[in-house]
Amino acid sequence: MTAAQTPTMRDKPDVSDAKVHILWINAGLSCDGDSVALTSATQPSIEDIVLGVLPGLPEVAVHWPLIDYENGPVGVRDDFIHWFHEAYNDELDAPFVLVVEGSIPNEKIKSEGYWAAFGNDPDTGDPIPTSDWVERLAPKALAVLAAGTCATYGGIHAMEGNPTGAMGVADLLGWDFRTPAGIPIVNVPGCPTHPDNLSETILYLLYQATGQAPMIPLDEKLRPTWLFGATVHEGCARAGYYEQGEFAEDYNSQKCLVKIGCWGPVVKCNVPKRGWINGLGGCPNVGGICIACTMPGFPDKFMPFMDEPPGATVSSRAIKAYGGMIRRLRTMTAKTVDKEPSWRAKGTKLTTGYTAPWR
Amino acid sequence: MAHTADVTSPSMTSVREEGLVEMAWDPITRIVGSLGIYTKMDFKNKVVKECYSSSHVFRGYSVFMKGKDPRDAHFITSRICGICGDNHAACSVYTQNMAYGVRPPPMGEWIMNLGEAAEYMFDHAIFQTNLVDVDYCEKMVRETNPSVWEQAKNTEAPNAGLHGYRTIADIMTALNPLEGELYLEALQVSRYTREMFCLMEGRHVHPSTLYPGGVGTQATVQVFTDYMVRLMRYVEFMKKNVPLHDDLFDFFYEAIPGYEEVGNRRIIIGNWGAFQDPEHCDFRYETMEHWGRKMFTTPGIVVDGKLLTTSLVDINLGIRILLGSSYYDDWDDGETFVSHDPLGNPVDRRHPWNQHTIPKPRKRDFTDQYTWVMSPRWFDGENHLVMDTGGGPLPRLWVTALANLVDIDYVQATGSSVKINFPKTATMPAQTLEWHVPERSNTLERNRARSYYQAYAAGCALHFVQQALDGVRAGETDTWSPFEVPDEAIGCGFHEAVRGVLSHHMVIRDGKIANYHPYPPTPWNASPRDVFGQPGPYEDAVQGQPIFEENDPDNFKGIDVMRTVRSFDPCLPCGVHQYVGKGKVLKQLHSPAGVPDAQ
Repeated sequence: MTAAQTPTMRDKPDVSDAKVHILWINAGLSCDGDSVALTSATQPSIEDIVLGVLPGLPEVAVHWPLIDYENGPVGVRDDFIHWFHEAYNDELDAPFVLVVEGSIPNEKIKSEGYWAAFGNDPDTGDPIPTSDWVERLAPKALAVLAAGTCATYGGIHAMEGNPTGAMGVADLLGWDFRTPAGIPIVNVPGCPTHPDNLSETILYLLYQATGQAPMIPLDEKLRPTWLFGATVHEGCARAGYYEQGEFAEDYNSQKCLVKIGCWGPVVKCNVPKRGWINGLGGCPNVGGICIACTMPGFPDKFMPFMDEPPGATVSSRAIKAYGGMIRRLRTMTAKTVDKEPSWRAKGTKLTTGYTAPWR
Repeated sequence: MAHTADVTSPSMTSVREEGLVEMAWDPITRIVGSLGIYTKMDFKNKVVKECYSSSHVFRGYSVFMKGKDPRDAHFITSRICGICGDNHAACSVYTQNMAYGVRPPPMGEWIMNLGEAAEYMFDHAIFQTNLVDVDYCEKMVRETNPSVWEQAKNTEAPNAGLHGYRTIADIMTALNPLEGELYLEALQVSRYTREMFCLMEGRHVHPSTLYPGGVGTQATVQVFTDYMVRLMRYVEFMKKNVPLHDDLFDFFYEAIPGYEEVGNRRIIIGNWGAFQDPEHCDFRYETMEHWGRKMFTTPGIVVDGKLLTTSLVDINLGIRILLGSSYYDDWDDGETFVSHDPLGNPVDRRHPWNQHTIPKPRKRDFTDQYTWVMSPRWFDGENHLVMDTGGGPLPRLWVTALANLVDIDYVQATGSSVKINFPKTATMPAQTLEWHVPERSNTLERNRARSYYQAYAAGCALHFVQQALDGVRAGETDTWSPFEVPDEAIGCGFHEAVRGVLSHHMVIRDGKIANYHPYPPTPWNASPRDVFGQPGPYEDAVQGQPIFEENDPDNFKGIDVMRTVRSFDPCLPCGVHQYVGKGKVLKQLHSPAGVPDAQ
């Protein structure tokens, strides 16, 4: 057998020598939940990406704190932070995608110290604030990916009364920020992000980075349109109950949850449709109210979470009248279709309507 | 590498000790969050002279939760942790249940127990094999201890008949990152166990279906069958995985005489209990001692090998939050929210119910304040004990074994051990695993206990899923009980986060949160020197431990230090630094931030 040549796709650039670094900063105000979510992604999985299992993938060098093999002492051998210094000093051998996890605290509101830092300054020995890293590396990155609601819009750590002045990456860099390659910040919100939403977006960016895909389509809040174009309600398995005006009064119920806290009708998110992992789990589809964790207004605009959303009172009252009628009509139809046709019976007569030639 | 410091930089001027080397690991990888540990190494005597633990991130949950609706607490506190957020959500629900005086229906508890069991199964699996075991894989051992690798090639694995790897070296090869078959299998295991989790709690890692009063998950034949099918796959995996880890860790004792001293510290370990028994748990503070002892993992504290208490009331009243090296101002003038508990016992001012969090960012200084982590301690009446969580499993098994209270079909305490009885699975016969109380609280025993607790959680889940199915068959499918939020109330919750003790304390006034203080395991473990000068557990465990790595200082990786830190299953923003002694050496091996010398 002879070694096969790697086939290239027609009309696509040859990427057999291409390489992309992924630099992951998890030292925003985060819980690392987006990193952890990514380990559960299956479409594609991290192995699919790193081992080049999918066609056309460049070589990917991932520098990701959660699972990185390298962890020697700083400045001695195999330390982790040197990749970030090299990226800043333009010393990497290939372009890099910067992934930011966590919201960015405001370091300007106090006189000393730091809210969040990542590694140390080699000259002073002081910790380098995370916001400095983002401001240093973003203008040199091929693309900037904000992973999770904290990094995209601020999220939980930026709620009212927070002491750190936390904000999202776009709040820090500016919503009209573009990398030198002309790519806006890419936001994948979710608290945490849906595993496959994140891995799929990384995959898209790797194809775009190697000239195999056009500009990633984003909406005005910089979300990939194919992931965040529909609402929770539009994909919810319990939406049928809403249509019939049937609402859960408490959390034992399998009916629509909007009257006990679900924000699904106005939240852009594909989780009920996609399930959480391999199609299983989710939020309102499995009994958990949607607290709108993908939204820029999260969490403040949706609290207290367990109360009925203000708008839902009116809409659910309207739907109750219409839905009640629909339900009654359906009940009649349902009774009819829940019975077998009359001709399926024992006996000596054929009643199916067929005219038997053997008689 | 590139970052060479001027020897005369201010941070270095304190380095005077002969032959000491300062090194830094920052940030540490293969943990959750960002952690920094700073040490001085004595290469001549092959020992770690000093160690400092530093965390680089402040978020301020206790600050921004004030004034919020108490029912939002579990949704908010879940976001504290991205790998065991559900443990926080569950603990917060327990806290709220106490405050609201609500008792969920039994089915709600079984579902929550099944979700939490899946979390242990998932999290320990991915942490053990994809994060910890990498420190024991072929690639690593060849880099750090070539002679140990040679020995591994010639050492038969005693349990080869169960797990299928002939030599220890074969196991190590299977653990190589992204290539080894065990490494890749563990990733898959971590996914179907998260499917199990989502069947119960909706979403990983921040659950969607947990509420005070119970859960919103529908209790059906389908949901529990889907869970059970996956659980039996995990049980089969455990039958191989536990003996395999016994072989691996036993080999290190054998191959490196003295390895029992790595990460060894005085036995002061605790766990706050896991898995409520709905027959007994009514979430009232007054009966907490009773229902705490009915938990399927017994809460308690072990000091010097002796069981000190199994009472959640004792545990609660002994918690003290100290400062000393943390970036906070003290709360001397702060209001005391809870002067006595509902049983009439006095509550200390340094107890979480009475804590005030007053952040004070400042320049990192290892002679003063150097971390965002506070110093939780457990007061035994005389001493503020520097308790650790052993990464979770070690004290869970230890307390459960000694307390001798758990006896269900699949798991049994014996007084000195814990047995896990597995039924037959697809390709393997029934099997009993037995974890014995070890002599030490050290790096390898923390890791070994993790494998056994994975099995223990699976054994508990077998019990829970059958209880749940029995309930469905009997038509007892209610999962949630209604409640009212009182204007004034207090609550506390105790649970085991995957990596150790977890408590939440809440005070409600005017129907809003007046004070909320969660204490996860990592503050206990990663804490700095407290106001009495006592180092925290990471610091204490690393400090004084021998170094067995074969590399010279110029090629040093610090594997023994990393193994110790990871054995605690760190879950926060931190980093580890080491220190190089004098003149010339210092020029080559720069420490980014000076660690003070011993004087």
